[in-house]
Amino acid sequence: MTDFLEFSNISKSYPGVRALSGISFGVAKGRVHGLMGENGAGKSTLIKILSGDIRADEGEIRIDGVVQHFHSTRDAFAARVTVVHQELQLVPELSVAENLRLGHFPAKAGVISFRELVADVGSKLKEIGVDVDPRTKVAALSIGERQMIEIAKAVMLDARVIALDEPTSSLSSRESEILFTLIERLREQGKVILYISHRLDEVFRLCDGVTVLRDGKLAAHHASMEGVTRDQIVSEMVGREISDIWGWRGRDVGDVRLKVEGITGSRLPNPVGFEARKGEILGFFGLVGAGRSELMRLVYGADHRHAGSVAIDGKPVAPSDPRQSIRAGLVLCPEDRKFDGIVQGRSVSDNIAISARRHFSPLGILNLGKEAALADGFIRSLRIRTPSRKQDIVNLSGGNQQKVILARWLAETDVRVLIVDEPTRGIDVGAKSEIYELLYSLAESGLAIVVVSSELPEVMGISDRIAVMCGGSIAATFDRADFNERTILAAALPDRSAAEAIKKVS
Amino acid sequence: MTGSLKRILLGEQGLVVIFAIAFAVVSLTVPNFLTERNMLGLLQSVVTIGIVSCTMMFCLASRDFDLSVGSIVAFTGMVAVMASNATGSIPLGLLIAVGFGTFVGFVNGVVIAKLKINALITTLATMQIVRGLALISSDGRAVGINDASFYQLALSKFLGVPTPIWVMGALFCIFGFVLNRTVFGRNTLAIGGNPEASRLAGVNVDWMRIWIFTLQGLVCAIAGILLASRITSGQPNAATGLELSVISACVLGGVSLAGGRAAMTGVIVGVLIMGIAENVMNLLNIQAFYQYVVRGLILLMAVLLDNLRSRSLGRR
Repeated sequence: MTDFLEFSNISKSYPGVRALSGISFGVAKGRVHGLMGENGAGKSTLIKILSGDIRADEGEIRIDGVVQHFHSTRDAFAARVTVVHQELQLVPELSVAENLRLGHFPAKAGVISFRELVADVGSKLKEIGVDVDPRTKVAALSIGERQMIEIAKAVMLDARVIALDEPTSSLSSRESEILFTLIERLREQGKVILYISHRLDEVFRLCDGVTVLRDGKLAAHHASMEGVTRDQIVSEMVGREISDIWGWRGRDVGDVRLKVEGITGSRLPNPVGFEARKGEILGFFGLVGAGRSELMRLVYGADHRHAGSVAIDGKPVAPSDPRQSIRAGLVLCPEDRKFDGIVQGRSVSDNIAISARRHFSPLGILNLGKEAALADGFIRSLRIRTPSRKQDIVNLSGGNQQKVILARWLAETDVRVLIVDEPTRGIDVGAKSEIYELLYSLAESGLAIVVVSSELPEVMGISDRIAVMCGGSIAATFDRADFNERTILAAALPDRSAAEAIKKVS
Repeated sequence: MTGSLKRILLGEQGLVVIFAIAFAVVSLTVPNFLTERNMLGLLQSVVTIGIVSCTMMFCLASRDFDLSVGSIVAFTGMVAVMASNATGSIPLGLLIAVGFGTFVGFVNGVVIAKLKINALITTLATMQIVRGLALISSDGRAVGINDASFYQLALSKFLGVPTPIWVMGALFCIFGFVLNRTVFGRNTLAIGGNPEASRLAGVNVDWMRIWIFTLQGLVCAIAGILLASRITSGQPNAATGLELSVISACVLGGVSLAGGRAAMTGVIVGVLIMGIAENVMNLLNIQAFYQYVVRGLILLMAVLLDNLRSRSLGRR
């Protein structure tokens, strides 16, 4: 069978980075093909080239044997190539039908016939199996339903090639199922589907073949999934075997370092308290909305504290003021790196020194030599991948940005408590291990570390003790010896009957 | 060839290069431009804009905005004249004027930082309030100075260069140093880059904003005093539209309205471009009405250049 969609020797460079080099592979008609790789492996760059968003430096894309020249997304659109991005592109204030026919409404003399519009879109949606009323406003739909509408849009435009970029990242498992059915139907219709995901189980379930990228190069191409194993793909993605990415090791735990008592705030009305000891890694697990990040923001002073106390080594920390917390040795790496962590438009060096420079800037005058040495030191010791300390931080990958924010706090002279909210969100496997290793060595040096994570394997893998939050309170705590996936998950579930059900299964 | 030209024009120093070329062309083609007399006149004419641009740069770099500068300049000029007349002492009069300017800036800062009211709206309000105060206190007329030595502020020279130009130069140096070499400058840029992340990283954002606006008020007072001395009276209608010229000069100089990016050299060049355009048009006897059009066009071109530059940076 000849390949309908072919990438041939695609290369793309940015100043200082070779994003893609010599990528060649093809996908036949009526196939769902997986595209995998760690963050920064080049998946998004390749997809952007396919959608006409950016242009390749070298190489060409052929569809049905014809070389395509995509200078803009409009060209890709004309060639009937559609990319469904993670950030959806629908107009929330318009109805489903209006969104789907935006730009080509059925109209007479400029007057839209809504009846025709709704009937037309409704029948099309039914045809592809999407159960949504075309008159609903998009704003009222769940993220999963919106994703479906995006795909429906691609189908209605008669796309020949549909690329789905991490389509299930914000879907519930039921919504994912509906999506999979839809994808299977599209396969039967002979579409070429490029499925970008880092969820192995989905790729194995859906895809007929898979291509793995690593560091901008083609690491492996499997035209069929026969004989391909999960371990094989993981090692192709990281380029080495990863046996135990957690690498937890035991350590001595000392006196209580952080003591939080009866703390409340506007988004956390019930008093909450907990302790973390010297050298301890305390994990916080909970479902979305359980109040973990809200609690950490209150402890750090990012949000206004209504009541309660926070003490470090017995000394109270002034409420609601990050500056006072930093001076007391309590620091936070926030959950949302982009909005609360990095300072965009400023260099790596500036982002590291933003807080600690007060220690070595007499009369507020900068010591640029010291700042440079500090930044270079951390770039080396934490292996921050950046062309130089002067690089704008937005150009770094997520893992390296996280390291810069950790470096910001390590540069402080006397950190006692480190709170890390979602330390590895959006970070690839290799960098994850490095960050865990860093947390262990910090704990060994006597810090109390609080790690918030939504990934249960991660919390279980790295914590000495786990506090489980549910509905704004701490529902249970577990010592490492008692870690059990089911009981921890049961404690996190707000609905008691569901929790009982899980217990029964175990 | 075009590639390297493009790189130069869109690079860090692109504006300086354009300025140097424009300056050379104008010097060769416009008669009487490159004379000592004209150069000093040119610099004199940009003193007010130049001085106020120093702190406006900080204001814009931290993602804020200040429309009240023109009114503060006029008001503090009036206060300097009236307070000097009333107390019989020029130094005391100047001190009172500086105090007033600083106070208005401080009020701006507190309202914006503590009461969380949008800077555009706050300074739009103070712009009108302060202009009103200037008109009320003078009954809408120019106020003359009793002691003629007040004129010496603008007329006196050092090494053949008038004092106001020295003051402007000194402020350029001071604020250039503050921006590039102090924690205050870095924190200003950090707030412009991401205010929430800066706060969580321990930057006292409210305090910084209050200081920036307070400094702006103080610097406006200095500009107001020098202007009053040059026009030999306190005029309640002086410096109307100054805020727009100052913001134009800063934007011309590459200060990003989205915050986080600013350079003193850029702002100086921006100020000079504004001054040269006006000066050349005067020398060529172009009617004043056309000058508005030209100023607007220059601003549009500058923003276009800035847009191209950030797009080429964004490609990285």
